Order: sequence, then C-alpha cells, then structure tokens
Amino acid sequence: MLAVFIALVALLADGLTLDPHVVPSPLINKPAPHFELPQLRDANKIFSERDMVGKVWLLNVWASWCVSCREEHPVLLEFAKSDVVPVYGLDYKDTREDGVALLERFGDPYRISAFDSEGKVGIDYGVYGVPETYVIDKRGVIRYKQIGPITPDILKHKIIPLVTRLNNG
Amino acid sequence: MGKVLVLILAALAIDIAYAADRAPAQEDPQLDQRVMALAGTLRCLVCQNETIADSPADLAKDLRKQIREKMQQGLSDRQIINYMVARYGDFVLYRPPLKATTILLWFGPLLFVAAGLGALFYRLMRRRKDAVLEVSEADRARAAALLKSDSPEIR
Repeated sequence: MLAVFIALVALLADGLTLDPHVVPSPLINKPAPHFELPQLRDANKIFSERDMVGKVWLLNVWASWCVSCREEHPVLLEFAKSDVVPVYGLDYKDTREDGVALLERFGDPYRISAFDSEGKVGIDYGVYGVPETYVIDKRGVIRYKQIGPITPDILKHKIIPLVTRLNNG
Repeated sequence: MGKVLVLILAALAIDIAYAADRAPAQEDPQLDQRVMALAGTLRCLVCQNETIADSPADLAKDLRKQIREKMQQGLSDRQIINYMVARYGDFVLYRPPLKATTILLWFGPLLFVAAGLGALFYRLMRRRKDAVLEVSEADRARAAALLKSDSPEIR
C-alpha cells in the first residue's frame, strides 16, 4: 500500500517539473512546411526553405514586439558569430519598419530574415509563442524545436550537439 | 463649392470604409456560426484554458480567420481539424482522440475504480476467512461440558 502511495507521489512530483506551455510539436521529423516570403530587408527578394536544401540551418521566429526575443537577441548574436550553423530569421507578424529598426539598433544575427507580416507561415510552422527556433537538417526535415528563448545552456547541450551530429551524418 | 465636394467625398469614403469593416460579419451568418462552432472545440495554445472561439489572443484571431478561409475553400470540419492537429498536435483538441498514447488518459480513472474495488473485495474475503475460527477438539469438549452444566465454571 505504501509502495503504491510512494509511486503515486513520485509520478505527480515528476509532473510538477513539466512546463505545460511547452507543447511537443507534431512537426518534429517532418519536412519543414514550404514557404516563399519576401525578405525583410529587401522586399523584392524571396526567401524559401528550399534555398537551404543541403545545409543544416536554424530558423528563428522573432518579432520587434516580442519581449522575450530581446532577452534571446544577444545570445543569438553571439552564436551567429561563431558560425557553427547559419541562422535565418522569420520576422513574424511585424511591420517592416519595426523589424528593420530593431536589427539596426541591436545588431542582426540573421543571414536573411523572411518577412511574414500576416503570420501565415507562422501558423504553418505551428508557432504559438515567439521566439521559437527550428533546427532543420540537410534534407529539409525539422529535427528540433525550441519554444521560448534560446539560452547559452540550450545551445551548449541541445542545439550545438545536434547540429554537429547532423552535419556529420 | 470645391470644399463641399471634398466633404461629400470624404463622407462617402468613411461610409465605404465602414461598410468594408463590417462586411464580413454580415456576409454569411451561417458561415460565422460554423467557424465559431469549430473554433469552440479547439484549444488556444497561448492561453491553454480557452478555446479559439473564446480567446482574445492574437493567435486565436488568426486561427479563426484561417478556419474561415479554409471553410470558404470548401474544406470539411474534419479536414480543418486535421490541418490544425498537423501543426499544433493533439493538444489543440479539447476532446483528446482515443489512441495508444491517450488510453491511460481515457481509462486511467476506470483503472483506479477497478483497483479500489479489487482491494475492497480482497479485504472483505480475508475478513470472512478470519471469522472462521479454528477450534480444537479439547475446546469443543469443554464447551459442550459447560453448556450441559447449570453452574458457571469456577476456577
């Protein structure tokens, strides 16, 4: 009887450590949804996930109105400099002016940012809490999704090892 | 004269803007109803305890719009639900589907009831067994002697 009780407490205690806001994405191990969007800095140029076939890359969903993105921004900036993996952005439900202004002011970690003003591509990617980051492999398959800001810890323990493995594989 | 014309034009422009603003709501109440009915079965991932129909979150607004567009394209409710699940997972469904990973969710409570009933049954059976006392031959003889005699046994 006591054993049952202890098992139940252990189960519930484990449940307390889970974050209900982190919902596992059904897109993991599925092909990244197709999009063709104008680039943030140049409306005449298109960026598509198809441009990236053959490369392991990061797609970071951000916006100028997003508060936690500010927290993430310096981490991303530093990481982009290390050139471990190319970082691309998806400026989500933003205005072009605000998006560009933010990058001018705080620095631009992205090779290219796609501009998703209506957030339709965001919906296709199952975005619900910006910032979100996808690791996409050489075949265009989503291998990891980070919901919420990337921290140095997540980079070190999750993203960098995964990218290294994908690049070697 | 010019000023009056400008004013009239401005007034017309405002009217047109108003009409454009309000048009979607009046356009098709039946579609609206269908959108809201379906949105009422889907969870808003931002607020989590609200449906997409109830939530004021931006994402919920976008998703209502998306549902409406899909319906206008002729997609069935089932197809739209599949579209949402493909993007946000089963968690968007307020009514979780019955499948291997959710069996415990659906039948867990029944399992607890069964375990409780089992434990109760086990205890009752044991109690009945305990009630049957083992009586030795010597005790039986003594009891019989006591029943026969009138006086209480004095030690």
